[in-house]
Parts: sequence; C-alpha cells; structure tokens
Amino acid sequence: MAGTSFVRKELMGQTPPPMTSAGIIGWLRQNLFGSWMNSVLTILSVGFIAIILWEVLPWIVRSSWTASSLRECREAIDLAWGDHVDGACWAVIRERYLQLIYGFYPSEQYWRANLAFILLLVSLAPILFPALPRQMLWFSAAFPFLCFWLLWGGTLWLPIVAALGFAVGYLAFIAANRAAGQLAGAIAALLAPVVWWIWLAAPVSRGLDSVIGIGIEPVESAKFGGFMLSVTIGITGIALSLPIGILLALGRQSGLVILKSLCVGFIEFIRGVPLITLLFVASTLLNIFMPPGTNFDIILRVVIMVTLFSSAYMAEVIRGGLAALPKGQFEAADSLGLDYWKRQRLVIMPQALKISIPAIVGNFIGLFKDTTLVSIIGLLDPIGLTNNIRADVNWNGIVWELYGFIALLFFIFCFSMSRYSMYLERKLNTDHR
Amino acid sequence: MAMTSEMTGDRFRLSMLIYDTRYRSQTIQVVAMIGFMLLAAWLITNTVQNLSALGKPIDFSFLGEPASYDINQRLLEYTSRDTHLRASVLGLINTLLVAAMGCVTATIVGGMVGILRLSRNWLISRLMAIYVEGFRNVPVLLWIILVMALMIESLPAPRAFRGENATASLQVFDSVAITNRGVYIPEPLFSRGLGDVSVFGAFSISLDLIVFLAVLGAGIWAAAWVRKRADRIQDSTGVRPVTWWQRIGLIVIPPVIVLTALGFQLGLPALKGFNFAGGIYMRNSLIALWLALSLYTAAFIAETVRGGILAISKGQTEAAAALGLRPRRIMGLVILPQALRVIIPPLISQYLNLTKNSSLAIAVGYMDITGTLGGITMNQTGRELECILLLMLCYLALSLGISAVLNWYNERVKLKER
Repeated sequence: MAGTSFVRKELMGQTPPPMTSAGIIGWLRQNLFGSWMNSVLTILSVGFIAIILWEVLPWIVRSSWTASSLRECREAIDLAWGDHVDGACWAVIRERYLQLIYGFYPSEQYWRANLAFILLLVSLAPILFPALPRQMLWFSAAFPFLCFWLLWGGTLWLPIVAALGFAVGYLAFIAANRAAGQLAGAIAALLAPVVWWIWLAAPVSRGLDSVIGIGIEPVESAKFGGFMLSVTIGITGIALSLPIGILLALGRQSGLVILKSLCVGFIEFIRGVPLITLLFVASTLLNIFMPPGTNFDIILRVVIMVTLFSSAYMAEVIRGGLAALPKGQFEAADSLGLDYWKRQRLVIMPQALKISIPAIVGNFIGLFKDTTLVSIIGLLDPIGLTNNIRADVNWNGIVWELYGFIALLFFIFCFSMSRYSMYLERKLNTDHR
Repeated sequence: MAMTSEMTGDRFRLSMLIYDTRYRSQTIQVVAMIGFMLLAAWLITNTVQNLSALGKPIDFSFLGEPASYDINQRLLEYTSRDTHLRASVLGLINTLLVAAMGCVTATIVGGMVGILRLSRNWLISRLMAIYVEGFRNVPVLLWIILVMALMIESLPAPRAFRGENATASLQVFDSVAITNRGVYIPEPLFSRGLGDVSVFGAFSISLDLIVFLAVLGAGIWAAAWVRKRADRIQDSTGVRPVTWWQRIGLIVIPPVIVLTALGFQLGLPALKGFNFAGGIYMRNSLIALWLALSLYTAAFIAETVRGGILAISKGQTEAAAALGLRPRRIMGLVILPQALRVIIPPLISQYLNLTKNSSLAIAVGYMDITGTLGGITMNQTGRELECILLLMLCYLALSLGISAVLNWYNERVKLKER
C-alpha cells in the first residue's frame, strides 16, 4: 500500500502567473480591455487623444515667435512650413507677456512687484509649512504693510503708522485693563486703534514724512493690471475672508437670536446674488454709501466687495465643519471649564477647520478665479487686457495663444492650491486607519 | 456654601449685565442690534445726502419710460419702443433660458464624466480627470470669452453659404446652419395653428405650444399611472403585465395626433440676402454662454457625482453582488438610488452657481437681466441705486425660488429614517 501512495513529499516550485494576467499584457487586459465595453471605450479614447495630438502638436511646434502682427506671423509660418499651415503665433505672448503680468505698472518699477511677490512667498511659507521656524510669522504679520508700500509706493511712514494702530490697541488694552478691568480693556483695545486710524494716522504720517522723508515713487491704482492685480485682489480677499467667515459662522451657530439672524441675513443675501452685482456696487454705489466727498480707491472698493462675497461662502463652509463635529466635543470643552473663546480656539476650531480644509481651499480657488470678473467693471486684469490686445489692429483675430497662456497661468495657481490642500489633509489626518 | 448664601441675596445690579452669564448674552445682542442700526442709519443718511446732492432722489418711474434699445435674443415680442420694465422682464426670461439649458446639459455631461471617471478603464478615467481638473482650475469667464472668440473667428460667416461654390454648407439634412453669428435650427410651424393667447395683456404665448405641452404632460401622467397599476398587479399576483407598448403609445401617439391636427411642419432656415431667415435663431452669445457654463459646471457636477458614488460603502456593492445582481443593475438599483441622496444637495448649489454665473453674459453681450437692467438701462438712465437694487432682488428671488423647489425635491427623495 505504502508504495502506491501519491502523496507528494516536497513542495512544488511556484509557477509564474499566466502570461495573460501578468506584466504589461496583464495590466492591459485588466485596465484597458477588461470587457468589450471597456475595449470600445479604450479605442475611442486612443482615437480621441491621437486626433488631439495630431492637431495640436504641429500647431504648437510650427509657430512663429518673432513677428509684430498676426499677419506677419501667418506669413512667416507659411514661408517656413508651406502654404495653408496652421501654426501658433507665440509672438503675441512674447510681445505682451510683461503687460499680461504687470499691467501698465511702470517698467522701471517692476522690481517692486517682483520683490513683493517673493516676499509673499516668504511670508506664506511659515503659514503653509509648520516645519519652518515660528519666528518667521512675525515677518508674515508685517508683510501686508510692506507689500502695500512696495506696490503703491509713497511714503514709508503711512504703512508704519497704520501698523502702529495695533500697538496702540495693545497699549490701550494694557492701560485700561489695569485701570478698569478686562471689559474696559477690551473696549479700549477696539476703540483706540479706530480713533488712531481715522483721525490720527494721516496727520502723524504726514508730519513724520515732512521731518524724515523716506519714500518711493507712488504708483496709482489705474496702472495696476494683469496677474499682479489678480494676485493682489485674490490674496487680500483670501487673507481677510477666512477670519470674517469664521466669525460669521460662529454668529450663525450661536444661540443669540438677533446676532444669529443678522449673520443669516448677511450670508443668505450675499450668497443669493452674483458677484458681478456686488462689483457693480463697488464701481458705482460704494461712494454713495460713504459720507459726501469720500472717494476711495477702486481696487480697495473691489477688495472690500470680493472679501464680503467670499466670507459669506467661507462662513457656510465652516458651518459645515462645525456641524460635522460631534456634540461631545462641545460638552467636553464646557466640562473642562473653558470659556466661549477658549473653547472655540482650543477645541472646536482646530477640528472644524481641519474637516473643512478641502472646501475652504475650494473657496480660495473660486475667489482667485472670480478676480477675473473685475474686467467687467473695467479693471485691466488679464482678461481685461485680452480685450485690449484683441482690439489692437495687429493682433485682431488671435484666440488660442492668448487665452491659452492666461488659462495656463490660472491653472498653475489653482491646481497647486488644490494639491496643497490634499497634502494638508493627509498631514492633518488623525484617523487611526 | 458661600455661593448659595450669595445667591439668596441676589438683587439685580447693573454690573450683572456684563458679568452674569444669564444676562450677558442679552447685553451682547442689544449692543449688536444698536451697532447694526447705527451702521444702517449712517449708510442711509449718507446715501440720502449724496443722492440729493446729485439731484436724483430714489425714483422707480424710469421703468415706465421707453427703453429705446434692442434685445437681439428674445423669446417674447419686444421693440425698442417698449418700456425698461418690459426689457428687464425679457432679460430675466433670457437668464432663465440660459440657466435652464445650462443645468440640463451640465447634469448630463457631469453625470457621465463623473461615472466614467470611476471607470476601471485606466485611459478613460485619466481623460476624465484631465477634463475635470482643466475646467475647474480655469475661470469660467475665460471659458465664456474663449468660446465666443472661437465662434466668431473660426465659424463660417453667413455669406460663405452663398453662391455656386459655397465654402460652407448646412448641417443635419440641410436643416441647421452654424454660422459665426449664431446657430439657426428648424422651427415648428403650424398651418392650422390656434393663434396666440395673451397673458395679462402683456405677453402673448403660442396656444399651439400650450396644447402640445398639455397633451404631452397628460400622456406622461397616464403612462406613470399604467406603470403604477402594473406594480400593484405584480405585488398582488406576482406576475407583471407587459406594459411597455402601452406606455410608449400613451406618450407618443396623442402628441403626434395633435401635431398632425395642427398641421405641423418644420420651418427650415434659408439664406435671404446677407443672412439666414426662418428657423429659430440662437445667437453666438447664447451658444457661447451655454456651452461654457455647462462644460464648466459639468466639471463640478462630475466631482459631486463621483463623491456621491464613492460615499456609498463597498459593502452595498458586495451585498448586491451576493444577491446575484449584475454590475449594471447593482449600479442602477442599489448604488445610484443611495448616491443620489448624497449628490442632490451639492447639485442644488451647483445649479444655483450656474444661474448666478449666467450673469457673466454681459461679457459677451447676451441680453440677460444683467445686460438689460444692470447694463444698458442703468447706463442710459443713470439710476444706479434703483437698478442694482432691482437686479439683486431678481437674483435673490431666483436663487431662493430654485433652492426652495429643489429642497422640496430633496425632502422627497431623502432617506426616511424611522
């Protein structure tokens, strides 16, 4: 009996997987030709990609970089590649790219815009990447004033005096706190800077300027344009709308009926109207709402409206984050004896903001894209400039090159923002999965 | 018990308004209210002062004056002698038109892209990802202007259709003309038409259209009733009667009869002089706005759909597979009905966004409400405050209306938890 058993004594060597399910063929079968439906889709998309590349690549390559008008471009392309060849006329970008980036900013002052942009990156770095030293945040706090001065020029004393408003508020808080208690301190901390900014800042800076004049050549807002304008409006709007949005969301969540209805009214009103109507308000009505004789800068007016618009959306996003938090978090914070603001700052907001990161960044991207709407009220952002360029006799009829360039730049900005939000989400993820 | 002894002697003191949590919230509210009212009062006084200095107190009578500008894309009759009010109403209808067209296309494209992006086919899911990222990360205004510029620059002019050796020709059995001025599609004509019916003495609407829609609606309702009856019979007997031919017949046959009775024929666009005549004319601005808005919003809807489908746990798919359902039925019977509940609320806000983005029509010269009331009327009359106020009210009403209708729908399909 024992001699006839067929029990194998040793393990068989592993055989490689069949050819059709491993390697490239296996991958193809699994991912591209899994079923006949899949195969049809694959063939269709390969065909589509092939057609696009067939059309687009020659168009990009058979191009002309040096010409001063569209007709010259076409002639140069015909000369180089034969008649009736369609090619891109990149010459328009070569001629106008400085304008598309800086608008009509004086060219000898470009360094100021460049410096401001580099400093912007430096000041953003500690906010975006916590690994960097925390002391850098002081520079981030000073950056808005520095940036304002670099871009608009004028006397250095104005931003310094404006920044001093915060110091004034702090000093007032200390003094009033010591003299009359915390509440008086809070009120003083609110009132003193307002008084400072409205009545004292201008004469003080003028006085300082007449004593020691430090300044650079002022540039008026009408000369701002191109991506510089988009980034200026976008970044300011982003930086201001987040804190306002948080306050609005807290107001909407609070049990104080009047406060809550004010917040709800504001949010729903802003969310119900398109941004363009708010920009109309900025361009025509905002001066009417101010005391007679006030006439303030158009970019400032636009920034105010864009910020209001964005903060209403931000409030809704953050409210979503707040609603997603389990009630236990609020109760746990209460049971620790934290007061309202400490509870929000230490327990609620870090979690709520973390939950809503994707939506917050989505809002930022939306805000940045929406800055193009200022072209409708006559500001010369990239799209406003394309209208100028296309109205130029030389470049009349140009489409893809111009819009493609602008679209590419916007894409780079927005896509990197969304990638950053994904990185942040991964990094802050505390799920133990 | 120091605290209780203090509490018993509790009398109201002024400082308790601030330091006692029972009263503090009231204090904050009153202060906020006073602050708000002061702000409002300040703004209103400023406005009144400024307006009286400019010599134009708030006055809406300009709405009754002749508009004296033309609206080139319109659904109702209008001449430049009509009032600003009528021009605004036509603008509002144009807004609704492009919003409705955009929502339908965006939903179809977005739904398809969203599902295809989840496809196991590597190539197609990458292609869809490129589409979504490409459209989402570029401003919608850029898309609108780009499509408009492309239409103007690259489509044939009407005169290219003319002559012996025409360089362009009509599409789809010689019935659709695609030109750089817009698209001409066949229009329905009725040789035995019923004429128009007047609404409030202001607008006249084709009675033929109303009759056709009524018959079609009745047919759909009857088909739904037949289906419900089949459901009932299946529930009680276990055998489902074959009803598909009844339902198709109920939907198709009555409208066909009505159309024949009314003498239906297609009015084809034809070249007359320098331009096309006949047919329904959709201006290039309408087409550009519609295409750009729907493709842009479709990218967002695709992400919504994808997120909704991914939100359904894998166990549902597996459970359905364990019941022996095939992949397509799993999608249709198990995943989509659940995903829809996740998808609808963000979908509503995408529709609202599309409607609000349609205000960018002003950049390509489509006469929606922003182009009429907020554009030419405002510039002609110089009544900025009144125009912008009305404009905002219109959009507010539109937004609230759309969200009310869709929220009602959402309530209906929402999971009823017991």
